[in-house]
Amino acid sequence: MSKQIITSEEYVYDVQGLNLWYGSDQALNDINMKINKNEVTAIIGPSGCGKSTFIKTLNRMIENIPIVKTSGEILYHGKNIFDKSVRVEELRTTVGMVFQKPNPFPKSIFENVVYGPKIHGIKDKQVLMEICETSLKSAALWTEVKDRLHDNAYGLSGGQQQRLCIARCLAVQPDVILMDEPTSALDPIATAKIEELINRLKSEYTIAIVTHSMQQAGRISDKTAFFLMGELIEYDGTEIIFSNPRDKRTEDYITGRFG
Amino acid sequence: MMNYEIELTSKEADKAYKIDINKKRIDHRILLNNIAKKAFFSSMIFALIVLGLLLYRIGVQSIGWIDLQFLTGKLSISPEKAGIFGAIIGTVGLICVVIPVTLVIGVSTAIYLEEYATQGKISGFIKVNLSNLASVPSVIFGLLGLSLFGRFFNLGSSILAGGLTLSLLVLPIVVVSSQEAIKAVPGFLREASNGMGADKWTTIKKVVLPVALPGILTGAILAISRAIGETAPLVVLGIPTLIMRVPKSFMDDFTTLPIQIYYWTLDTVLTPEYANLAAATIVVLLVTLFLMNSVAIFIRNKYQRGF
Amino acid sequence: MEQKTNVRAIIKNNFAKKKRTTDKAMPIFFLVCASVSVITTIGIVLTLFTDAYKFFQKVPFSDFFSTNLAPLSPEPHFGILPLINGTLLTSLIAMAVAVPLGLTAAMYLSEFASDKVRRVLKPMMELLAGVPTIVYGFFAYSFVTPLLMKIIPTLEAKNALSPGIVMGIMILPLVTSLSEDAMKSVPEAMREGAYGLGSTKLEVTLKVVIPAAISGIMASFVLAISRAIGETMIVTIASGSSKNFTFDITQSMQTMTGYIVEFTSGDAGSGTTGYYSLYAVGLMLFLFTLVLNLIAQYISKKFREEY
Repeated sequence: MSKQIITSEEYVYDVQGLNLWYGSDQALNDINMKINKNEVTAIIGPSGCGKSTFIKTLNRMIENIPIVKTSGEILYHGKNIFDKSVRVEELRTTVGMVFQKPNPFPKSIFENVVYGPKIHGIKDKQVLMEICETSLKSAALWTEVKDRLHDNAYGLSGGQQQRLCIARCLAVQPDVILMDEPTSALDPIATAKIEELINRLKSEYTIAIVTHSMQQAGRISDKTAFFLMGELIEYDGTEIIFSNPRDKRTEDYITGRFG
Repeated sequence: MMNYEIELTSKEADKAYKIDINKKRIDHRILLNNIAKKAFFSSMIFALIVLGLLLYRIGVQSIGWIDLQFLTGKLSISPEKAGIFGAIIGTVGLICVVIPVTLVIGVSTAIYLEEYATQGKISGFIKVNLSNLASVPSVIFGLLGLSLFGRFFNLGSSILAGGLTLSLLVLPIVVVSSQEAIKAVPGFLREASNGMGADKWTTIKKVVLPVALPGILTGAILAISRAIGETAPLVVLGIPTLIMRVPKSFMDDFTTLPIQIYYWTLDTVLTPEYANLAAATIVVLLVTLFLMNSVAIFIRNKYQRGF
Repeated sequence: MEQKTNVRAIIKNNFAKKKRTTDKAMPIFFLVCASVSVITTIGIVLTLFTDAYKFFQKVPFSDFFSTNLAPLSPEPHFGILPLINGTLLTSLIAMAVAVPLGLTAAMYLSEFASDKVRRVLKPMMELLAGVPTIVYGFFAYSFVTPLLMKIIPTLEAKNALSPGIVMGIMILPLVTSLSEDAMKSVPEAMREGAYGLGSTKLEVTLKVVIPAAISGIMASFVLAISRAIGETMIVTIASGSSKNFTFDITQSMQTMTGYIVEFTSGDAGSGTTGYYSLYAVGLMLFLFTLVLNLIAQYISKKFREEY
């Protein structure tokens, strides 16, 4: 892939006036934000603030809950993802997702990584092997598993499983990776490895990450968005959010006065 | 020392409230409890003794009657020459019809109920219908088979007619066990697959069904063992009493192990040795069922996955 | 970074080519399969009603609901009351065996047995449920009847008592496991309240658990009766085919299911009144079990609302 010149103005997502309801309960209220290319955007806020809902809306996974209704637009590379002509399958292939709990398939490590390429029609064994290797290398898992690619993924530790899920996500060469509290089920050492990985991945991918931990947001993100009760309270450079927030509520949350 | 003191005070308390009169009652209540426990246990054991007796009796009656000639020989009027090869082939043929029909229809029904129409009127109706169908007496399925497959589709009393009739009979078992197996597939696996951009059917094919397969197979084996042991619907279909021929195609008349047992039992008044033949056939049937159930339990234990 | 295959471009290209017909067509296929069970029910109702209708065109209701049953005499009569009588008597005997044994065994398994004991006894109980009914029929006829004859010398070779008892053994696992499920689902807190007052296990079982689980237990009884009424092979073999209307359980009598089996394996040619009488009797049998199942569903639905 040829490297593109990245300007800070270039964004992949432009969310405009997004509202979301679970039945009659409004979970997201008039969200407007842009997510920049090749940056890590952290989304923080207390439980129930809508941050997970928001990130799952970005690849329309939220629609798996039947009672969900939305209004507003999410422009992905300028195209509204709610448009009828958009296939969710295609959207989710270019926008990968890593979940809260590691969720590998009960198959071999190899089969897990090549699941995406396979279901999207890549059958060549050699190509699959190559994809498997590069993906695992990118996810910093290759050296640990290269001798047991055909063992069941559930034999791996929790941290390794989560990196496997990241590798599985990378295998289809997505454009954006959404991460929904990817380290909340992991111990500190495994968490550190994932954070290091995220730092390396951002040169090639755009990453949006929901996190419970403000320290984590501070360590890994370029921009931080603070959500509270379904509203986007403040969105700015991470350093500004953490050192000099404009909104009182952001400051209260950052300094641990609630949440 | 402490204990002694506590006992003393509690004894004094007893006296104060005159509870020592009730001590006898407590003993009585505890005695009653122990008697009941033994009585309840013995009714449990009684059932098992009956089972043991049944197996023992049949075992004894079959001694000396099960040999290679019995298993591979054709049916004959004289007890010494009679074999159950035809019945074995008939039973196998029946299974060959029941397995594909119930698996395809049963698993598809379960997928529809669990993956596509989880709520709503249609699935609610199908579920109620299934539970009622499961408790329709098997002999009624025989009447349905007689009218529908036997007469309307003109399949007579062939293996195909019998197999289709039994398929409908055991269908609810396959559906319910497949539903359970599909329900047990954790949601996060579907989520993972969806998140990779897989469409619904791909997710079902590549993730849900492989994970649910052991459960589905276990249920299918149990359903087939039910089908193998069924007699009434086949008798109602009008399977002829004496079939000397071994069936060669699915359109041939046939007999099965239970039917063979039935006819031999009916004729024990005239030929007492038929009781031994019936017992020997029962042993073959029970061993088959036992093996199938063992396989089902093996599959369940080996592939049971804790997520 | 090493040169890698442009997976993104390949996938994009594949998406452009991909037809989405499978993902769209599969739910329709599944719905078609799911409708098989509904069609089966409709088929059962239709066959029973149409052929029973033909029967009632030839035979008046007054003859059908009479005690005169002589289908093969030159002047045939088709009174169903002897069959209903035989069905109910054998089923009542079965319940007399299964209710006390099943309930006490369930109490033992749910309240008294240790986990270890339960893990051994429960699967053995399930073995009883897995024995085909034809085997029970053989057992009733060739073992239980001769045994009972030693106690009751006037017992006929075919009678209602022996198959009734054996049928009780057959439905015992059903009563036990359903009642046990009902007792097990009584919340532990309810038991603890009674234990805290110094009750024995027996008292807790009788005064707390059973009252709380009563609807589940009742539902298990109703389902067991329904199963006994629909049971075919045991009564066909061991109860005989006497068409007398009698309450003497030492005599031979015929059940509804037994009548259907006897008549189809006989010479009832299609189109004769005898042939249509099968469906009239089948319809009665179907209605009996259907009503019982609806009652059981109603009771256990109420039971689920309690906690």
